[in-house]
Amino acid sequence: MDAAESRADPGPRGQRFELLHFAFHNSKLVIGLTVVLAFLLLAIVGPWLTDATPFEFGHPTGQGPSSENWLGTTAPGQDVYAQFVHGLRSSFIVGALAACVAAGLGMAIGFIGGYLGGAIDEILSMVTNIVLVIPTLAVLIIVSAYLSVGSLTSEAILIGLTSWPWAARAIRAQTFSLRAREFVSLARLSGQGTTKVIVQEIAPNMSSYLFLTFILLFGGSVLTAATLDFLGLGPSQVMSLGLMMNTAVSNAALQLGLWWWFIPPGIGITAIVGGLYVMNVGLDEVFNPRLRST
Amino acid sequence: MNRYLLRKSVLYLLTFFVAVTIDFAIPRLMPGNPIDGLISRIRADSTASQELHGYFTESFGLDQPLWEQYLNFWRGLAHGDLGPSIAYVGSSVSELIWAALPYTLALLVPAILLSYIAGNRVGALAARRKVLDNTVLPVAYVLTATPYVWLALVLAYVLAFQLGIFPVSGAYDFSQQPAWTWEFVRSFLAHWFLPFLTLFLVAFGGWAIGMRNLIIYELESEYANYLQALGAPSKLVRKYAYGNAVLPQMSGLALALGAVVGGALVTEIVFGYPGIGTLIIDALQNRDYFLLQGVFLLIIVGVLIANFIVDIAYVIVDPRTRAGIQGS
Repeated sequence: MDAAESRADPGPRGQRFELLHFAFHNSKLVIGLTVVLAFLLLAIVGPWLTDATPFEFGHPTGQGPSSENWLGTTAPGQDVYAQFVHGLRSSFIVGALAACVAAGLGMAIGFIGGYLGGAIDEILSMVTNIVLVIPTLAVLIIVSAYLSVGSLTSEAILIGLTSWPWAARAIRAQTFSLRAREFVSLARLSGQGTTKVIVQEIAPNMSSYLFLTFILLFGGSVLTAATLDFLGLGPSQVMSLGLMMNTAVSNAALQLGLWWWFIPPGIGITAIVGGLYVMNVGLDEVFNPRLRST
Repeated sequence: MNRYLLRKSVLYLLTFFVAVTIDFAIPRLMPGNPIDGLISRIRADSTASQELHGYFTESFGLDQPLWEQYLNFWRGLAHGDLGPSIAYVGSSVSELIWAALPYTLALLVPAILLSYIAGNRVGALAARRKVLDNTVLPVAYVLTATPYVWLALVLAYVLAFQLGIFPVSGAYDFSQQPAWTWEFVRSFLAHWFLPFLTLFLVAFGGWAIGMRNLIIYELESEYANYLQALGAPSKLVRKYAYGNAVLPQMSGLALALGAVVGGALVTEIVFGYPGIGTLIIDALQNRDYFLLQGVFLLIIVGVLIANFIVDIAYVIVDPRTRAGIQGS
């Protein structure tokens, strides 16, 4: 967006302020963004507010929230607050990284297929459709069972490698429609290479769309990571919200009534993902004037 | 119509081929000898591990060249032979899968169909009533963002452990035997309801949002305006809008299948429901790779079949595909 605006000189300043005006007056965007930023802040600052670390024992066992342990303690005596804020960190890290990997792949395949067309497009579309039909979770379960994932990075890469197809398909469709526009033809006729046309002409013209895709990939990755961690297939040395639910279930938190152990991680995930989705709808309305009236 | 279904069938066959190849390749591509890995994970003593070594080498057929192993893998598959189970000694993987599959289907099929129908209805209603829109939409967004695992945990905790309304663990009471008696059916339904509700609620949110947005979009389109200008009753306009909005929702159904299946797996684990999900967690905890690979194939085949059913339904609903106007 920035690059495109700074080049087209006359209107950009006004246009940008107009966009900001609509952004601040869009309640969906404001609510979603506030929720996501609040949890992001908690993920960044939260761990510094306590001396407890997520895996350390020695707190009272199975105690409810108190002034000492803000969110209570687990059955073996760990601090739930420390686990929660570190888990939030993991969620944001995995979500962002996985979304980067998936968006990168989706853009590469979508741009190339949509812009070049022909046989390359046919092959890329075929690959995309095949990966799209294969249920992501089934692949993730079997791959991470063999690999035994050790870090957030490898978990994120695995998730990113399986979640790109719908993004690739959407980007391909957009690219396909942009390809026939005059400014793209002009750039091509003036002798610019494929990469240059895609990076300078096509991508900036769908930057808002790419941003929305990234947000959806982010939310989806957070959910997938939670499922994998719950199954015990995520990194076991790093605290995550899914791992909290995993240990809560295996330590009979439900039977013992330790609700403070498994309620916070779910609220964290739901708030982040829900915030991202609502924000996405708001942004869509801001970027797309036709949707603004509703 | 035939061309459309043919294209899809080719795609699904290719996908199946890729999936089987992945299933074959993953244990062989992973670092180290898969058999040593297997044995060290089973933690057998030395004499047992030697026997196991021979047994696994033979089962995997690892002494043969790779292409022959691959052909054997397909041959085994064609005979429904997915290998022996390590977690459940004495049972074959296919036996275990056949025993667990009905329970998973009993959850999935009603949850998918009912959430789709109810979500579409409620979403369409919300699109034209401001009050409903302002209440349903936020709830739908929360539901669709909720992890299946967590909703299952909350429902189990509140409705089963705290209030004691529903039982958990198993598909029916341990004192019961599967039979067509009133007692058994009641016990089965009581155990079935909460996992079903979990799947239903999360999926419902997504459908309601999708339908609401599509209806608003359709009602603003030219044909809707034209009909209104002609003085057509708004009921008729909405009927046409609904008919058009159902099509993208149906393609969405095919895409959403994978997510719902994933949700069913973790939901079963929370409720101790004896379906495929419980099989997976047992396989993971016992490092039962044959079982894991078998379940992987089953899920893929299941999703492919479901996709195909959706495609056929799409052809029936969409006159354009029926007439062969739309190629893809």
